[in-house]
Formats: sequence, C-alpha cells, structure tokens
Amino acid sequence: MVHKTISIFKTAVSIASVLVAFQVHALTTIEAKSIALGETDARIEALNKAMLVADEKTSEFVQAVADDMVKISGDNVFIVKDAKAFDPVTGAEVQLPAALEDIINNNRMRGELDTALAALKLFNKDESIRAAAIQALLKDPDEAKLPLLDKALSAETVLALKSQLTLARAAAMLGSADKSKRMEAAKALAESKDPATQLLLNDRLKIETEPDVKAQLQTSLTKIQSTLGLGDKLGIVFTGISLGSILLLAALGLAITYGLMGVINMAHGELIMIGAYATYMVQGLFRNYLPGVFDWYLIAAIPVAFMTSALVGVALERSVIRFLYGRPLETLLATWGISLMLMQLVRSIFGAQNVGVENPSWMSGGLAVLPNLSLPYNRIFIVLFAVLVLVGVWLLISKTRLGLFVRGVTQNRPIASCMGVNTARIDTYAFALGSGIAGLAGCALSQIGNVGPDLGQSYIVDSFMVVVLGGVGQLAGTVYAAMGLGILNKFLEGWAGAVLAKIAILVFIIIFIQKRPQGIFAMKGRSAEA
Amino acid sequence: MSSEQLILPTPAPLLSRKGWATFLMVLIAVCLVAPLLNLLVPQSSIFHMSDFAVLLIGKIMCFAICALAMDLIWGYTGILSLGHGLFFALGGYAMGMYLMRQIGLEGNYKSELPDFMVFLDWKTLPWHWTGSASFVFQMAMVILAPGLLALVFGFFAFRSRIKGVYFSIITQALTYAAMLLFFRNETGFGGNNGFTDFKRILDIPVTSQNTRMVLFVITGAVLLGFYLFSRWLVQSKFGRVLQAIRDAETRVMFSGYNPVSYKLTIWVISAVMCGVAGALYVPQVGIINPSEMSPANSIEIAIWAAVGGRATLIGPIVGAFLVNGAKSWFTVAFPEYWLYFLGAMFIAVTLFLPQGIVGLVRKIIGKNRMEGKA
Repeated sequence: MVHKTISIFKTAVSIASVLVAFQVHALTTIEAKSIALGETDARIEALNKAMLVADEKTSEFVQAVADDMVKISGDNVFIVKDAKAFDPVTGAEVQLPAALEDIINNNRMRGELDTALAALKLFNKDESIRAAAIQALLKDPDEAKLPLLDKALSAETVLALKSQLTLARAAAMLGSADKSKRMEAAKALAESKDPATQLLLNDRLKIETEPDVKAQLQTSLTKIQSTLGLGDKLGIVFTGISLGSILLLAALGLAITYGLMGVINMAHGELIMIGAYATYMVQGLFRNYLPGVFDWYLIAAIPVAFMTSALVGVALERSVIRFLYGRPLETLLATWGISLMLMQLVRSIFGAQNVGVENPSWMSGGLAVLPNLSLPYNRIFIVLFAVLVLVGVWLLISKTRLGLFVRGVTQNRPIASCMGVNTARIDTYAFALGSGIAGLAGCALSQIGNVGPDLGQSYIVDSFMVVVLGGVGQLAGTVYAAMGLGILNKFLEGWAGAVLAKIAILVFIIIFIQKRPQGIFAMKGRSAEA
Repeated sequence: MSSEQLILPTPAPLLSRKGWATFLMVLIAVCLVAPLLNLLVPQSSIFHMSDFAVLLIGKIMCFAICALAMDLIWGYTGILSLGHGLFFALGGYAMGMYLMRQIGLEGNYKSELPDFMVFLDWKTLPWHWTGSASFVFQMAMVILAPGLLALVFGFFAFRSRIKGVYFSIITQALTYAAMLLFFRNETGFGGNNGFTDFKRILDIPVTSQNTRMVLFVITGAVLLGFYLFSRWLVQSKFGRVLQAIRDAETRVMFSGYNPVSYKLTIWVISAVMCGVAGALYVPQVGIINPSEMSPANSIEIAIWAAVGGRATLIGPIVGAFLVNGAKSWFTVAFPEYWLYFLGAMFIAVTLFLPQGIVGLVRKIIGKNRMEGKA
C-alpha cells in the first residue's frame, strides 16, 4: 500500500514536471545549436538536457543529426533533405544557404545519439517498439536516463509496460551515487519476478560497498529467488503433467487391448504412428484445398486419425490376433512382426525422413503465468485432450452397452457368451477402440514432436511400463501410473539429466513390480494361476 | 535324433547312434574341413571357402548359441526373455575391454588409454577397467557379468513370481535401460561408438586369416559343446522339472518342488551362454556398440528359436542359420523388403508353424513312417 502511494505520488510529480516542460518551447534554436555545435562534452550535455523535454521535433532533429543530415552555415543550423533546407525548430522550408558545412560526430557522440534515439522510442506510438526500448534500457541501466524514464512512466498507459518501466527506473537508480536512492531501488526491485532482475541485483551486489545497501540487496535477492523457485517448481510440475498426459494417451489404448483383453500388442506404437501420419495427410489436404481454414485442420484430423488407426486395428485383429487369443507370448511375437511391416510400409510410402506437421497458429505461443513460467499452448492442448479422451473412454466403458459387454467378456468369457454376447465381435470392437485411441495419441503427439516411421518405437516401452505399473484391467491405475511417472521423470531430470532419469525410472519400475507384481491396482481373485 | 518322449522310465542316451554320427560329421566339418578349404585350397578353386563366408558363418554360429540359450529358457521352461541381447552384449563388452587394452600404444592418440577416454580427456582408467589388461580376468568377466546380472535380476523376479508376459516386458525394460546407460559417454564404455579398431588378441593380430580361422573353429566347438550340454541338461531330471514348470507351474509347486531355484538356475545358464556367444562374436566382427542391446535384437533371438522349432534344441540352431542367412541375402538383394519378410516370418511362424521347421519336418517324417507301416 505504501509502495503504491509512493508510486502515485511519483507519477504526480513527473506529470507536473512534464507540464512545466511543455510550457517552455520543446526544442529551441539555442538547444538545436548546442546539440549540433561545439565540443563533444558540451553537445552531449545539451543532448541529454533536450531529451528531458523531448517532443517530436526533438526526436526528428536528433535522428537527423545521427543521419548526418544536419548542416551548419556559419552560426545557423539546418536540416538538409533532398537539397532543401529546413529550420529544425519550426520545420519550415528555408532558403538553402550557399556555404554548408557538415557537422562531425565522433564515435562517442554517435553512441550517445543512438542511446538517445533508443530512449526516444519509449514514446513511440507502437506498443511493441516501446516494449523493446524498455527492454534495452533494462539491460543497460543508466542513471542519466532517470528523468526520461519518469516522463515515460507518466505517459505510459499499458499496464504491463508500466510495470516494466518501473523496473527499468529502479534498475537505473541502482547505479545512483546516492545511497538512499540505491536502497530504495533495491527494495523496489524485490517486487520484480523477473530472472533479469536477479542478474541485475547480483551484478550490483558484486560492486556494492555500503553494508546497508548490500544487506538490502541480499534480502531482495532472496525474495526474488523464492518467487523464481516457485515458478521453476511449478514449471517442472507442469512439464511433468504434460509428459504424463502424453504417456496416458499412448498407454490408454494399450490399457484396453492389454489390460482388458490380455492382448500384447507390440504394434501399438505403430498404430500411434499411423494416427500421426493421418494427421499429416489431413494437414496436406487442408493446405491444398482449404487454405482459408487451415488453422482448423487439427479438428478434422482427430476423427480421421481415430478411424484410420481403428480400421488398421480391426484388420489386424481379424487377420492375425484373433487366432492367438490365450497365447500371449505368441501374440507378442506376431504383433512385433506386424510392427516391423507397418514401419517399413510407412517408410516405403512416405520416405524414411520425418515429415513436417505444423502447429495451427492458435497453438503457438504460450500462457505466461509467472515471469519465468510460460505454459506453451500446445502442451496445454495435450493435457486437455488427454483429459477429454480419458473421460470419453471412461464413459464408454462404464456407461454404454458396449462397455458393459467388454467388461463382461473380460471378467468371464464363457459366461458372457452363454448370456448371448457375441464375444468375437466384442473383441473386435474393443481392439478397434484401443487402436483408435492410439490414433488419437498419434494426432496429439504430431503437435509436439517429430513424425517419422520410428515414432511408435519410442513410445512402446514407455506405454507398456505405464500399463504394467498401473495394474492390468484398471483405467484408474493407468492414469495414476502415467501421471506419477511423468512428474517423477521430470523431477529426476532436474538433477540427474534426461538419460539417467529414464534409467532410474525403469529401475524403479522393475523394483516396484517386485513388490507389487500386479501393479498399483491388482485385480482381486482366488485363482492360483493369477 | 532320439525320440522326444517325455515320460521315459529310463534315461534316454544322450544321442542316438545316428545322432552321434551326424554330430561327429559336423564337428569334422567345422574343425578340419572349413580350415582346410579356407587356408589351403587356393582362392581360384571352386572349393575355396572365402573369408566372407568364414566371417558370416562364424557370426551365425554365435547367434546360434544365443538361440540355443533362448530355447533352454523359452522352449523348455516357458519363460520368454526379451533381454538376451543384453547378456550377449555384456559378454561382448567384457571381451571388447580386453581387446581395447591390447591396442596398447597404437591408437590414434598413442596413449595407454583407449582412444575414446583420451577424447573425453580422462587421465586414468576408471575403476571398472582395473583388470581389463588381463585376458584371464576378462574371460572370467565374460561369464560373471551376465551371470551375476541374471542371478540378481532373476532372483528378485522369480521370487515374486513374475511370469509370462510381465517377465518378458520387464526384461525388455532392463535391456532398454542398459542400452541407454551404455550410450552415455560417462559410463566408460565408449558411448555411441562402443569399441572398435581392435588390433590384437593375446598379442596375435586379430584380423589375420589364421586368427579368424581359429576363432571360427573355437566358436563352432563351443556351439557343439553347448548343444551336447543342453541335450544332457534337458534329458536329466532337472530338465524334466523345467518342462513340468513350463506346462503347469502351479502343479509342480503343489508336488513339493520349489520352481524358483530351477528357473533361476536355467536362467543364469542361459544368460552365461549368451555372454560367451557375445565374447566370441566381438573379435570376429570387430565392433561392439550399445545398439546390440536394442529391444529389437533381443526379440530377433526369440524368432530364430521360433522359426527352427521350440523345445527341440536342434531347431533354434537351424532357425538361427536360416533367418540370418536370409537376412544377409535379403539386405544385399532387396534391402527394402527385408523388414517385410522378417515381419511376415514372425506372423507366419506363430500362426502356422507353432512347432517350427523342425516340428514340421518331424511331422512329415512321422506321417511317412505311419503310412509305411500301414
């Protein structure tokens, strides 16, 4: 609250000072002359003075000086453009004097001019140019720019830029010779949640001599670090959830085919790949025939990917897998063979190289939650998509007639058959459903990674791990296992690196299975063969 | 071949008279004829055995040892391992470490350390390379590394009664984890590139024709030795219990046997056999890298056994030769279609040839005999 009052007060003061400044004429002939003529030191001083009351004429003039368009004739200064001379103050065209001399800008002067021009950008009408100018000043804070920043702060209307400006102001004050000002700046900067501020404070801490200020800097740094730490942790949790959703999508289909039906489908990864390639095909069709609505191709790709993979799944089930029910090890080998053939098929049709699947434009960019935590839209999309698919599958299995039949056949095939359930058909439907979900996973994965013939191979081991860890025959177990593995993986990655994290996870699963051979959620039963 | 009856009151002979004759012929072919054809018959002659053939057959014999090992654990005990590629690679790496030290100062960097360590700027050998200069020590490691890993892993897995597909998938995870580990440079096994550029074995140049022939003969002898050993093993009481475990593990338990020790023993034996195969493989092909541990390689071992015929011992050896022979021909003639063929083989064998080729042949012979008798 106190802080707010102070800043309002400051704003009031700076508005007043600007008003005063505007009462005087912005750029006077004397000023123009002193910027253009004389010793470099004097010119720089004049330039900085003029900057305080900068208006459009001043910036035009400074630009002209920087572009070597300002000429002098005796004691008069002109802006010369296309062999015409203009008065820098009034802007009116004047007679071109006969004897014109160039002004000489040495390197130091040029540097000052550039900074001045950059600072003038703080008043540009374009928001993005203003933002860039503020960033530039933040990186290279200079106490001399303080009055300028005050003025910009009072003129700024965009809230986000205003807070950036306050930050830049504090950063500039940090270099002040006045101890109290430095204290104030150090305090103000503690409110910032930007990694750049941390750097700034650290730099100052190295050269600071006053113990009071040093202590304050330290406190501010700790405060920032705790905020940043929170952001980092949340970031890890989010990437963990996003990885978990990917695992969930990849494993959900497997949870149905393996968990409910007991079919080891090693070609599951290839069904994911087919879904991704179906998305690629839809993207191509939209690009060629419907470029106007290209951004929405993904919506059309979702059912296409589902259907393509489901149809391939039906073909596999009818032609190979149904002959192997009850022989899991043989199924494993046969489906491995299928996966080899599918991979080679895709390689023959689309080539061995990865194909490009573009994100729709609404998916690029991200949602900035904290200054050091930005959630990419495509990751958010995956998480939401996984939730939708999960809810859909859950409804299908627990609420529909088909789901009832699938559960019935899973629990007791002969009895279900006696009750009039066509078990062979239910098998096909269930397998098609599992394959279709793999297709959906492929559609989602195409948005965040490479799409190539080997896409499925990288997910097959992971998805089996999820299903095995979660426990067979349970969707809830799959969800817990996927999320748990995703988050655990990302936290381990933080301190052990990606490869070691992966190894640690695999070892963890192996040990976990020792303790609970049936996974997190075991099906309860009395069978000795379980 | 002896008859394959399971309920025999008296132990059957190790091999029938005919079986011993065939065995001796193969032994002579590998240990005498092949060296003669390769080393003494001039290259121009039609009977000359090319170096390429020596390398190819030597390689396939190593694979056949793996297939034999797979048959013991899968065909006779009913445990499908998808991690045998790991044991193979471990044996190979143990041999490779010795071969790397034998390079001595002749590496690219003229250093006592293997080249990849110089490249990583390591100054001393890491701890696990301590005994690598000694041939005897590394040969012990060829057996101990896969053996101990199998013992520890198998003990925990079998004790908690993990079986069937669960076991298969966990072994796959194990080999996958090991592959990731060996791909890292920090592990100290040469990372991506593994070991290569070998110069000598036991101070003899490893690439010379004579050395290659010796390795070939040793590999053949080891394969035949392992075959006899396996034969003896499966015909013993131990082997009978294994088959009983395969067919009805719960009943074996109810009969008072503890399946864990049986499974663990055969699992370790099988792993060590694979390790030995790997150790013989590396000096012949001259390279070992982590891709040997990829899950695909381990599954291929299973298909060699399946194509030849599970629980027949001779079948997996035949299968290894057929599949790898086809592979070396296909990948030259139709590289595009090899994966189609391999994939189709996986499907066809599981669907139509559950007993493999040997099973098919026996069925045909049996039919003919019946008809002849009738």
